[in-house]
Amino acid sequence: MNIECRGEAVNFATGGVEVGRDLPLVVLVHGAGMDRTVWSQQTRYLAHHGFAAMALDLPGHGESGGEPLSSIGEMADWVSEVIDGIDQGPARLIGHSMGSLVSLEVAARHPGVVERLVLLGTGAAMPVHPELLGAAERNEVLAPQLITSWGHGTRAHIAGNPAPGLWMRSGCQALLERAADGVIFNDLAACNSYEAGDVAALITCPITVVVGSEDKMTPPRATSQLVAGLSDVDLKHLDGIGHMMMIEAPDRIRDILLGALQ
Amino acid sequence: MVDPDYLKFDTLSLHAGQEPDPTTGSRAVPIYQTTSYSFVDTEQAAGLFNLEQPGHIYSRISNPTVAVLEERIAALEGGVGAVCTASGMAAFHLAAATIMSAGNHVVASRNIYGGTHNMLNLTMPRFGITTTFVDPRDPKAWRSAITPETRVLFAETLGNPGIEVLDVPLIAEIAHEHGLPLMVDATFTTPYLMKPIDLGADIVMHSVTKFLGGHGIALGGVIVDGGRFDWAANDKFPTLSQPYDGYHGISFTDEYGHQALSMRARAEGLRDFGAAMSPTNAFHLLQGIETLPLRMKRHVENTDSVITFLEGHDAVTWVSHPSVSTHPDHELAKRLLPKGAGAIFSFGIAGGREAGCRFIENVQLASHLANVGDAKTLVLHPASTTHQQLSAEDLVAAGVGEDLIRLSVGLEDPEDIIADLSRALRASQKG
Repeated sequence: MNIECRGEAVNFATGGVEVGRDLPLVVLVHGAGMDRTVWSQQTRYLAHHGFAAMALDLPGHGESGGEPLSSIGEMADWVSEVIDGIDQGPARLIGHSMGSLVSLEVAARHPGVVERLVLLGTGAAMPVHPELLGAAERNEVLAPQLITSWGHGTRAHIAGNPAPGLWMRSGCQALLERAADGVIFNDLAACNSYEAGDVAALITCPITVVVGSEDKMTPPRATSQLVAGLSDVDLKHLDGIGHMMMIEAPDRIRDILLGALQ
Repeated sequence: MVDPDYLKFDTLSLHAGQEPDPTTGSRAVPIYQTTSYSFVDTEQAAGLFNLEQPGHIYSRISNPTVAVLEERIAALEGGVGAVCTASGMAAFHLAAATIMSAGNHVVASRNIYGGTHNMLNLTMPRFGITTTFVDPRDPKAWRSAITPETRVLFAETLGNPGIEVLDVPLIAEIAHEHGLPLMVDATFTTPYLMKPIDLGADIVMHSVTKFLGGHGIALGGVIVDGGRFDWAANDKFPTLSQPYDGYHGISFTDEYGHQALSMRARAEGLRDFGAAMSPTNAFHLLQGIETLPLRMKRHVENTDSVITFLEGHDAVTWVSHPSVSTHPDHELAKRLLPKGAGAIFSFGIAGGREAGCRFIENVQLASHLANVGDAKTLVLHPASTTHQQLSAEDLVAAGVGEDLIRLSVGLEDPEDIIADLSRALRASQKG
């Protein structure tokens, strides 16, 4: 399946299987500076468990065309247009970090295209450390390094990848280093200026929120503030896990997703 | 100024890839001496075989003990992943077979290990992969050897036998200008002395048997995936960027992006070629890596002492090591190898082939054998052993003079190493 949005190619991973037209659509939205491959431990699993899984590259990220969009609202409008274009009914939307804010905003602005949300590593606000923002603006490797450092729990800095032979720290840093100049700064600036609290009350679909006890990027207290404003929410805790929970605890995330999406 | 809160090299050498065993509490890495793993149920089994979820199926493809070693080496190199193999040669083959097919071409340094040279020059052509060998110090030669069928540039971080220092950033730039990856064999340097991925290399391989293991008791190899090369940027790497029927149409770059090479090398390469590392070897090699930083520091210190001794000896006509100011790569080594240029080098002995033989026969502490990177000091006189069938002229052409002695400096007390060499040098001159 080839998709265009606003005249630009939309790239996405499907788990290596053709998107089933008769299956419920699941759309996965990545975080700041990342791309579809951050879901590599979930996409193929979902695609083989009864879903039409599509892990998107946002504009200017991964292999998608176009320029990065500069606000969470613009990203949400784009995701909504993509889902509309697929014409497969409302989507179950899964978002991580910046992608969770985009997902929230899609549900608030375009409730007809979303029937369920799963938000990973999220919060009512995502203020960005000024030195990280500065490093990203200067396109310094320090920005991927800081995101990687703060993005993983203590255990993930030592070991624990269930995928044999893969090293989480360098995996995250390399993924971020592949972003074109300006992309990480664009995304962090969008997160920095967004307040999710305003839209939480507008969400009507069921929501699952997953929080890691060692998440330094969206700490549990920030998640709690968001959850307090939501009406139909199921909160899942992951002990000893940081912000990059899809990589740090892929098995548990797969189980949570399967439970929430079915 | 904030810094990334990364664990440092010495800490990673001891810990990366392993936590105390969750079942037994074992602090040391257990040896999982098993061929296969029980499945929870049919659904989990199907998921494992179909790459829907990670885990162990059969030890030819992955093993928990080997996985610790893989994660540890990837951590030390700064790679996104690593795949261990039965030997260094198996590692080279795994990388080559993962990214190339019949009709493809390699540009390689001419100053590489003889086994790798044989594979590229004699064996790979039987499978349709050809190689052009170039002077590793000549950027123009690298550029002009690249053809439309070239798929990788290959060299050793320290060449053989002249210990040529590879200008990794320069050769990586040439490779990347042509949409190609640079693969380096970093066996002689280890990640303690050089981290090639940080300098621009895309694939790093090692004979783990050598300095990484350090003890000479276990064979092993590894490829490390740098994760920065874009395999889908052109159509040169269809094994990574196109759908693969072996896993129901998966495209490794689509699904795994920066980890595509690691995933394909394991999922296809170990599955089909089967050159897997044994778990017991992985355990032994892990014991070596725990002390890698301490050992490499001592290797370099001992090498400095031995070189100083040899440079002042009447029976020594020349010493070739990048730390010596007359070495062509002395300045480059200071830039790329600030902690030292390794513990392997050559020197010339007065009296040629016969003196070389007498030297070898009179060392007592140093071991006469065809290996490098052991904790023990090793010596070899190629003209009377590995290259004994060659004439004097052929030896010169191969860069191996009749007077050449190769030394791999070990961890013994440097005074004892020097005393042994001194005794053998005296004996070599009494012909």
